[in-house]
Amino acid sequence: MTALAEYAIAALLILGGLFGLIGSFGLLKLRDPMQRLHAPTKATTIGVGAALIAAALDMVLLGQGITWQSVLVAAFLFLTAPLSALFLAKTHLLRTIARKDLPKTGTGGDWATFRAKPQK
Amino acid sequence: MLKRLFPHPYLSLTLVILWLLLVNDATLGTLILAGVLATLVPLLTQSWWPGRPRIRHPLGLLAYAAIVLWDVIIANFQVAWIILFMPAARIRSAWVVVPLDLTSPEAISLLAGTITMTPGTLTADFSSNGRVLLIHALHAPDPNAVRDAIKTRYEARLKRIME
Repeated sequence: MTALAEYAIAALLILGGLFGLIGSFGLLKLRDPMQRLHAPTKATTIGVGAALIAAALDMVLLGQGITWQSVLVAAFLFLTAPLSALFLAKTHLLRTIARKDLPKTGTGGDWATFRAKPQK
Repeated sequence: MLKRLFPHPYLSLTLVILWLLLVNDATLGTLILAGVLATLVPLLTQSWWPGRPRIRHPLGLLAYAAIVLWDVIIANFQVAWIILFMPAARIRSAWVVVPLDLTSPEAISLLAGTITMTPGTLTADFSSNGRVLLIHALHAPDPNAVRDAIKTRYEARLKRIME
């Protein structure tokens, strides 16, 4: 039983490591900054998720009880990853993207990044 | 009175749960400290969050989380596939403009976060009136299909839950 669980934990760790590797490889392979932003945001969710499940499983099997902190790590990851991605994207839009390459908003107003004050 | 003491009941509840998870033990002492935090933090931060978000179906939010989690797993494999095996020249990235039916800022933030976490799409910006999202899709031969998928799969559900 414990041997089986150890195989499961090992498999999860390998899966997590693989996704981390793929995400980093994506940074090298993809060609423009917007595409590159996709690679790490995706890979971390499954990569870190698998590592967290492995850690939690390990603690349970070692008889140390359930570590609820791993649930928190996952929750904070889901809260913060979209925000950092949004800020990276907005910085990129502001500094390097040509305005004519962006589609129109369709509202008459511009995208928020290009306006200093919010529109009423 | 109760409303003035707890301007954001959901936030207070979240803080209690968060604190108990963080300390990883549920003795009386941590419970009291959690109660103090759950009272003080919403009171001190309420000037930055004047509105009171409504969640019409809290259980619906759980179902929504399950759907998103499943999509995240599937999408991770799809993005991994694109990164590993698709020649860089064949990746068709596209901007997608999504006009929103949602109006509450909390619901829109949830949708924007969902879009970023699910694979292949990323919220890059929003219009200055806050009613349109600008999304970047990693590989979307048909950008309109991406927009429709977002609107039917996520936005419609959030609308039902939050508004």
